[in-house]
Amino acid sequence: MTTTIKRTVKHLTLAALPLAASLTVTAAQAEEVNIYSYRQAFLIEPLLNAFTQQTGIETNVIYASSGLNERIEQEGRNSPADIILTPNTTILVDAYDKGLTQAVESDILTSNIPAQYRADDNHWFGLTTRGRVIYASKDRVEPGEITTYEELADPQWEGRICTRSGKHNYNLSLFASMIEHHGEEYTKTWLEGLKNNLARTPQGNDRGQVKAIMEGECDLSLGNTYYFGKMITNTEEPEQVEWANSVNIVFPNQEDRGTHMFISGAAVAKHAPNRDEAVQLLEFMSQDLAQYMYAQENFEFPVKPGTPYSALLNQYMGDFVADDVSLTAVVDHVDEASRLVDEVGYDF
Amino acid sequence: MANQPALGTRLGIPFFRHLRAWPATVFIIAGLVVLPVLSVFYLALFPTDNIWRHLYNTVLFRYIETTLLLLAGVGLLSFAIGVTTAWLVTLCRFPGRRVFEWALLLPFAVPAYVIAFIYTDMLEFAGPLQGTLRDLFGWQTRRDYWFPEIRSMGGAIVLMSLVLYPYIYLMARAAFMEQGSNVLAASRTLGCTPWQSFYRVSLPLARPAIAVGLALTLMETLNDFGTVDYFAIRTLSLGVYDTWLNMGNLGGAAQIASMMLVFVVVLVTLERIGRARQRHFGQGKPNQDSAIYTLTGLRAWLAFLACALPLVLGFAVPAFQLASYALGNFSNYWTDDFVVISWNSLFLATAAALATVVIGTLLAYGRRLHPNRSVRLFVSLSKLGYAMPGTVLAIGVLIPLAAFDNSIDAFLRSRFNVSSGLLLSGTVFALVFAYSVRFLAVAAGAIESSLDKVTPSMDKAARSLGMNSLETLRRVHLPLIRPGLLTGALVVFVDTMKELPATLMLRPFNFDTLATYVYQYASDEQIEVAAMGALMIVLVGLLPVIMLSRSIKGGRKAAAVLPVAEQG
Repeated sequence: MTTTIKRTVKHLTLAALPLAASLTVTAAQAEEVNIYSYRQAFLIEPLLNAFTQQTGIETNVIYASSGLNERIEQEGRNSPADIILTPNTTILVDAYDKGLTQAVESDILTSNIPAQYRADDNHWFGLTTRGRVIYASKDRVEPGEITTYEELADPQWEGRICTRSGKHNYNLSLFASMIEHHGEEYTKTWLEGLKNNLARTPQGNDRGQVKAIMEGECDLSLGNTYYFGKMITNTEEPEQVEWANSVNIVFPNQEDRGTHMFISGAAVAKHAPNRDEAVQLLEFMSQDLAQYMYAQENFEFPVKPGTPYSALLNQYMGDFVADDVSLTAVVDHVDEASRLVDEVGYDF
Repeated sequence: MANQPALGTRLGIPFFRHLRAWPATVFIIAGLVVLPVLSVFYLALFPTDNIWRHLYNTVLFRYIETTLLLLAGVGLLSFAIGVTTAWLVTLCRFPGRRVFEWALLLPFAVPAYVIAFIYTDMLEFAGPLQGTLRDLFGWQTRRDYWFPEIRSMGGAIVLMSLVLYPYIYLMARAAFMEQGSNVLAASRTLGCTPWQSFYRVSLPLARPAIAVGLALTLMETLNDFGTVDYFAIRTLSLGVYDTWLNMGNLGGAAQIASMMLVFVVVLVTLERIGRARQRHFGQGKPNQDSAIYTLTGLRAWLAFLACALPLVLGFAVPAFQLASYALGNFSNYWTDDFVVISWNSLFLATAAALATVVIGTLLAYGRRLHPNRSVRLFVSLSKLGYAMPGTVLAIGVLIPLAAFDNSIDAFLRSRFNVSSGLLLSGTVFALVFAYSVRFLAVAAGAIESSLDKVTPSMDKAARSLGMNSLETLRRVHLPLIRPGLLTGALVVFVDTMKELPATLMLRPFNFDTLATYVYQYASDEQIEVAAMGALMIVLVGLLPVIMLSRSIKGGRKAAAVLPVAEQG
């Protein structure tokens, strides 16, 4: 027993050394930028590598799907966070409301990023956009049979729609935009109608719904645009190509307000120790190269007008009308949307 | 200890005149460990908005109903698997028994969310099984035939039980072995049938240990997020996330989490009251084989099947599937980062196992020496961390650590105009602290149930021979409770390997563990890429199981008079 413990202690000491060393090395480097990312590290890695190559600034990343704003809040003025990267506006606005962000005045950013995709006071910036679209079965839904979000509540679709949980941020964001456009009462009735049309209890993710269409369980689903790209190019799981090929992408509301859009975005942290490097990274991400890489590799839409689309985006999602409603206004309704989802028992 | 002057008196501190060294140790350690839970209670005092009216009017009772159903299902099924297999391998002789003894622990190394992914892949409509059936029978669509839906309450109950039953198996087996075969032999002489002696003697005697295992299983079920989210089972833990992230109401989320914790405390207390008067001390004779029934023919095969089934479904199938994903495209998925990532996991799991076992032993021994109300209360409080959803607890860990760092920094800034920055937050220490808070209940449960079996006359004998309390602990109790210590360490090790929410939120920059690696890809729906990491978790999780069974085998000869919980 004693020798086991001694051995273990020795191992622990050996283990602690490189860990401690790596921490001090990171802290001692002159040019670096610290990223608290709500987006998976591997998604942004190619961009960050390009940034380091171009500027010599090293990047350090912590990825978590929740709780990073809370961490920055608790760390206070000593927080090492320079940049917060998020896959949606809700988290950006949450960081802003908690007082964790700072304004960045940069001509590069304001000229690259259209006003609708950044905060009025330049506390956060959108870097890519994605649309929430309707995926419709090629076999069982005629083109033009559904053209708006509103029609999803129409009784003709009873038992024919699949979605993921109504509590997922993507759905809540769409529901919140319905509240912004039509008011709470209308949205509640609409949600009830949509719930009645569901083929099964909400489950799985956006790709799972397209798969359910291929399998014949439903005819329509809600999903984000980039998932189509991820499915149709999937070499690791080739069956996903089949899923994608079984649906048409319907960009809703092309005759009126346009398709609901989200952004992925970033903000510079209030106490950023490496503010200059953080702004450089933000500017880099709004420039042509990074914008193109985003669109190319992750099938998202560049925010910077005029950035060329990849062939795939051009083929399937080249031209559509996007809803230009204020993102902040939509975020303000997310709480209400979440309550409506409970009220109509959407997930049960 | 009772005859020595109190610590406060010896140190000349009048206010702490009555404070003795062991209670003081308990108060300090338990106080530190309970800080994160208290932080969550503190958050619960400041909701941005009262959520209860809304919840009450809408989904609260559905959340509660779903949660109770899941708890009841997982509780019953894990109990059935855990107790049956423990009973069979301990008291019956049948082919394969020696292998099953340790192999039945293996499913424990498979994270619940991983087994959920794997079985969904295999059993859903597009999966290979249903595909084969359709080819065989010429069915076309889902409507042509019936097949159980894997993503359902039933599916969740079965899959979670398959990876959680080892908690109960571990505890029940230790208890059955410690009972010694003479108790059962006596009951048989008194006219009990084998079933009667099981129900009327073995099971009641093992109840405290089984209750510990069951409590751990239920708390793990209550806190699960990954599996229930994937299977669309709306439990209270989804309510916590929803209130926090979608309604922007961390305080409200902390309230639901606190309510869940109260729920657990009530359950555990009820069970304690139920067996308040029972007290048993070990009479076990471990060198003697504990098996008293020799099974032959059909019975032997049934016993074999009962043990093989959970092992195959909970371990062999998922491990095989992971291996075929990962090795099928090995060169694509293998990166040298895996060496570092695995090392990180191994290091953290070892540190957490050591920390919880040391803390658990100190607390349990302090409670044994001074079983007064305040000591007992503090020891119980220190175990609350396990009953709280991981993400909420992680925020609870952030708060005291950051407050500590920032106070020191503020002091140094004001006095010496230098900044110390963050000393503990965002370091490996923060992670080990978080794991200790989270998993102390696991280690403490195993240690306490071992320690409770040591008859108090041992203490008296040692003290009358002139040993002080620390020497008694070191020379008498530690060797005696070694199986409990090892069991506790093993379980914490494997639990830490799988831990996700606290690791994600509290880790340093550029730092991955196997669990965070798996999550990163699995949450992007890249199961095949995640498989390599998941396979590593399973493989690294095997290490302690093998080490443990070996180490106990070796120790058995040395500790011949001791109640041995583990035999390899």
